[in-house]
Amino acid sequence: MKRNSVAIVGASETTELGKVPTMSQVQLHADAALNAIADAGLKLSDIDGVATGGHNAVEIAHYLGIVPKWLDGTSVGGCSFMLLVRHAAAAINEGLCETVLITHGESGRSNLGRHGSSIFPSLFQQQFERPFGVTRPPTMFTIPVLRYMKDYGLSEDTLAMVSVVQREWASKNPRASFRDPITVDDVLNSKMICYPFRLLMCCLVTDGGGALILTKSERAKDLAQKPVYIRGTGESGETPMISQMGDFTSSAAFKVAGSSAFESAGIKHSDVDHLMIYDAFAHLPIYGLEDLGFVGRGEAGSFIAEGNTRMGGSLPLNTNGGGLSYMHSGMYGMYALQEGVRQMRGTAPAQIPNAEISMVHGVGGMFSASGNIVLTNVAGD
Amino acid sequence: MSESERELPKPTPETQHFWDGTRQGELRLQRCKKTGEVYFPPRHFCPSSGSTDIEIIKASGRGTLHSYIISHLPAPGFTPPYAIAIVKLEEGPKMMCNIVECEQTPEALVLDMPLEVSFEKVNDEITLPQFKPAGK
Repeated sequence: MKRNSVAIVGASETTELGKVPTMSQVQLHADAALNAIADAGLKLSDIDGVATGGHNAVEIAHYLGIVPKWLDGTSVGGCSFMLLVRHAAAAINEGLCETVLITHGESGRSNLGRHGSSIFPSLFQQQFERPFGVTRPPTMFTIPVLRYMKDYGLSEDTLAMVSVVQREWASKNPRASFRDPITVDDVLNSKMICYPFRLLMCCLVTDGGGALILTKSERAKDLAQKPVYIRGTGESGETPMISQMGDFTSSAAFKVAGSSAFESAGIKHSDVDHLMIYDAFAHLPIYGLEDLGFVGRGEAGSFIAEGNTRMGGSLPLNTNGGGLSYMHSGMYGMYALQEGVRQMRGTAPAQIPNAEISMVHGVGGMFSASGNIVLTNVAGD
Repeated sequence: MSESERELPKPTPETQHFWDGTRQGELRLQRCKKTGEVYFPPRHFCPSSGSTDIEIIKASGRGTLHSYIISHLPAPGFTPPYAIAIVKLEEGPKMMCNIVECEQTPEALVLDMPLEVSFEKVNDEITLPQFKPAGK
């Protein structure tokens, strides 16, 4: 894609996050959408492209009163929104539509107006995994980590540090669900969920939503917000079944999406000022840092434990508190993108001074799919 | 472990040979005649070469404990805590299973320990391939 040719000109989360028993899932989509449209200084009638994941895109368009020229319902789990940003940028560049609204809403906690899983069921999972007692994500996403721990000598203490550092970031964020500091002992003494994962190594389950508005960068200067340009993008998918992940210590989808994003953005690792790595569980930032190439194989645990990703560190990571402490409705990717946009606008609660490039990395399903978006506040090539 | 409410596989045309095999006490895999690669889950072609010139083989039933979790969450047909494991088969592919005839503890479940297949008949149609510590 053409670097920086498309910009995010509107971005907002739902008015409330956390426990929202007053709104159904489609209402959460609409609340975020209306907030993002107002943020951009646009009207509903300006939107001619609609995209969403985990929900029928036609239902969202209809609910908002839009008959779009372009629709995308790519639904590959929590990173769907990274893929939708990528697809929307391509569609805008191709002239298929001018102004795209990407929405997310999920009544993950209150379960209001929610129909089934946000991820399409896999044929083979029914036959070759579910009979062995897998149910919800903690029983699947966690399975590869003992292999990683043995092969690379990662300790439970170091794994727990991921949760500790993310809570430090969350403490700066008034909208985070959990803000009180925690220690490694707190994490290791929290309730066992799926050995070796304790409660505080697992993401929240909340209600919420978010929306983004994208248009050509040349139009962005006439709109309300400082534009955030799409500098690079990547996407991939590996397997619908955790048991069939090729290498239990590394995600093939992360690698492909990550290298595509770096290549299309034309940046080096040292150019990244701010990083988001979708953290449904504590091992995700470890796999992400390695598979995106920020550190070598087996080095990410100590990189985090030594403080490199915390406030004042060389690579600020998951600065909203992440899925572990900020919020996680089920498909967290939208919230990671929102934090990337805030950092590029200079409006994040824990703002990284002078940040110019943000990489937002997502996972979908259980290491199934991946999307990666490089954002920047610097126009031009 | 109560089997009454457990979710059971619904075989499809490309997987029928696998479930026929477990019922007869055989673990069946597929091998590409072109490249010799053994693969799983079942497909009518080799996912590496794309060749449809493939054969069904009887696996040795031997493997090693590649990774696992011990779930403390409720699940239909299971009494927590129970292990959900991945066996790496001698022939190469990985499969999900439970570890039977073994304590469901980190001390008893040691990564890379040798395992062997153990067929668990659930009903007249379905027998699940499970694994137990080798030599048990």
